Amino acid sequence: MTSVQPPDRTSRSLDPHLSRYAARAAGMTASEVRALFAVASRPEVVSLAGGMPNLTALPLDSLSAEVAGLISADGLVALQYGSAHGLPELRDQICEVMALEEISAHPDDVVVTVGSQMALDMVTRIFCDPGDVVLAEGPSYVGALGTFAAYQADVVHVAMDDDGLVPEALREALAATRAAGRRVKFLYTIPNFHNPAGVTMSVPRRAEVLEICAANDVLVVEDNPYGLLGFDGQTYPALRSLDPDNVVYLGSFSKTFAAGLRVGWALAPHAVREKLMLAAESATLCPPTLNQMIVSRYLATHDWKGQVKSFQQTYRERRDALLSALEQYLPAGCTWTVPAGGFFVWLTVPEGVDTKAMLPRAVTARVAYVSGTGFYADGLGSRQMRLSFCYPTPERIIEGVRRLAAVLSDELELARTFGPVTRRPGSGPQVPAPDTA
Amino acid sequence: MSDRCVVVLSGGLSHERDVSLRSGRRLSAALRSADVMVEEWDADSALLSRLREHRPDAVVIALHGAEGEGGSIQTVLEMLDVPFVGADSHACRRAWDKPTAKTELARAGLATPDWVVLPHSTFRELGARPVLDAMVDRLGLPMMLKPEQGGSALGAQVVREAAELPAAMVACLAYGETVMAERYVEGVEVAVTVVDGPGGPAALPAVEIDPSTGVYDYTARYTAGLTTFHTPARLDARSAAAVAEVAVAAHRLLGLRDVSRTDAIVAADGTVHFLEVNSSPGLTETSLLPMAAEAGGRSLADIYTGLIERAVARANPVTAPHNP
Repeated sequence: MTSVQPPDRTSRSLDPHLSRYAARAAGMTASEVRALFAVASRPEVVSLAGGMPNLTALPLDSLSAEVAGLISADGLVALQYGSAHGLPELRDQICEVMALEEISAHPDDVVVTVGSQMALDMVTRIFCDPGDVVLAEGPSYVGALGTFAAYQADVVHVAMDDDGLVPEALREALAATRAAGRRVKFLYTIPNFHNPAGVTMSVPRRAEVLEICAANDVLVVEDNPYGLLGFDGQTYPALRSLDPDNVVYLGSFSKTFAAGLRVGWALAPHAVREKLMLAAESATLCPPTLNQMIVSRYLATHDWKGQVKSFQQTYRERRDALLSALEQYLPAGCTWTVPAGGFFVWLTVPEGVDTKAMLPRAVTARVAYVSGTGFYADGLGSRQMRLSFCYPTPERIIEGVRRLAAVLSDELELARTFGPVTRRPGSGPQVPAPDTA
Repeated sequence: MSDRCVVVLSGGLSHERDVSLRSGRRLSAALRSADVMVEEWDADSALLSRLREHRPDAVVIALHGAEGEGGSIQTVLEMLDVPFVGADSHACRRAWDKPTAKTELARAGLATPDWVVLPHSTFRELGARPVLDAMVDRLGLPMMLKPEQGGSALGAQVVREAAELPAAMVACLAYGETVMAERYVEGVEVAVTVVDGPGGPAALPAVEIDPSTGVYDYTARYTAGLTTFHTPARLDARSAAAVAEVAVAAHRLLGLRDVSRTDAIVAADGTVHFLEVNSSPGLTETSLLPMAAEAGGRSLADIYTGLIERAVARANPVTAPHNP
């Protein structure tokens, strides 16, 4: 075919900056899976996908008065820059919060961050060069995997069971990584009420995991957003409490108070803390002063521990609703974890069902979940899904599981028709945006 | 236009909600820039009461997927006598169902890649393997798999090896109970927008699609930079005229109205193969209609203000249609 080039022809990629992006931006693409989650925000859809905390029990009237009072009395401070370290009074209070999980810390070793996500970003920034290895439970928190990918660190997953990370698997992963000539920078772990797996690392294992890491010169990054949300009020000794010199601890008020304030923290050994502060300063200059003051005032003037108990009760009811619905409706061959706290149940479906491929069918049936593939850096997880019980009411959870069961039934029939299949990996984010219920 | 109260409908509950919301926002901004009073509404359970209460002068449907393109929202608007931009419900149904549209165009003598349509039940009852083998025998490899109905390439895949077929079938059937398999045609992929005007439907310059991954799938469509677009398409004059003719023919034969976008492949021998037609084309930052409009020297606002006037005039025949 002869090509005729009129003078006004344009050729464009719609992104004039395409050649300028860093290699780490290569995976930042539109995603078919992410698009499907847009529907999950509609009330017709029962979303068991997102991890939005339930805030309905918060004392909004008194909080409103507190915030107004803050602006009125201390507005010139609240609306001003602050220190990258965080407000001293809040750091004192954070130490009191951490003491509930047996952590003894000095406020100077706390760095307040914009959510614990930022703390994780800072930790990864100061420790990981491209190609370094981070060990993480398999599955692991998707936001952490995204951070590690952004710094071009490679994730090696370590198996879990009902007692959390398996020490022997950790030893094997360390040995294999070392044998491959790779450098492990740290172990990232969520010991309590794991996201997404729902399990908790047993106390004996905590000591063993710490010993293995210390013996192998591997730092431990302990992410603990759910530790105070045990349904029976139970807490576990933080890894940081057992090995203060080799653990960087990440904490958050997102699950115990208000996710929208984006106030979290890192507790780190002195030398690490100094670097974290400089990294944080270059990222945000300082955490939001007003939000820190709101958190501090809330901790000082409200029965925040009573509020946490209320959250525990709410989430327990929802967990129970989910577990009983799974028992009642799901087809044979499904198994799931039984969380003692937190937000999530990890569901394994029968052989032949691919939870990622099934998602459009689920959305059509007005139920949403997150495929297990989003929680692995290595393509695993296609037979798993994360079910979140934190946001929908128990009635909605039951209805969601009823719909999910019908979807699974159809998908099983499809699997019987076409047999076990191997699918291509998708591109772009495989999980919902943070504001998707 | 400033007195018109126009509602842009977007969102909905289809798999293309996200794309639709983006289309709606972009169109609304364009209309506001032309001083049109615009409200953006979601298609939800409050829609009918809002329509009855507010009685907009016209509705522009920026819904994609079954709600926006399958005729259902058009039926609702027809029942309520609310003027709207776009094809009527019957034409939408014909265009939305890919095999129906292909059948109509093939009957009229237009080229379209050979295809078969099979529901899941056929594979279940006759056995997947022999049916898949028959598909390969008939269509060859590579072949395209698409949900019988759907847009934004959701569920659509190029299958290059027979071993990939079962997985591709499962993925495709997640979007609907019936799959359309189509012979894969190599060539220049183009999209041609047709806009009704005083002289009848006219094609805007074809946009050539050149995805860097070789496949114009969802990611290539909605990630700026992954696809290079050439406007007008790099076609000789004869081929450029032929794709325009095919798009206008599809618009007419399917009874479409106001605006449509036809996707086609121009094979090496110059044959234009009709693939599908969209009665509610995407209007996002990476969508093809806005590029075609620009290549044709028109703006989104210009096109849609004209179409809104046509919609209003249809509902009120004593008002002379105002055309751009």
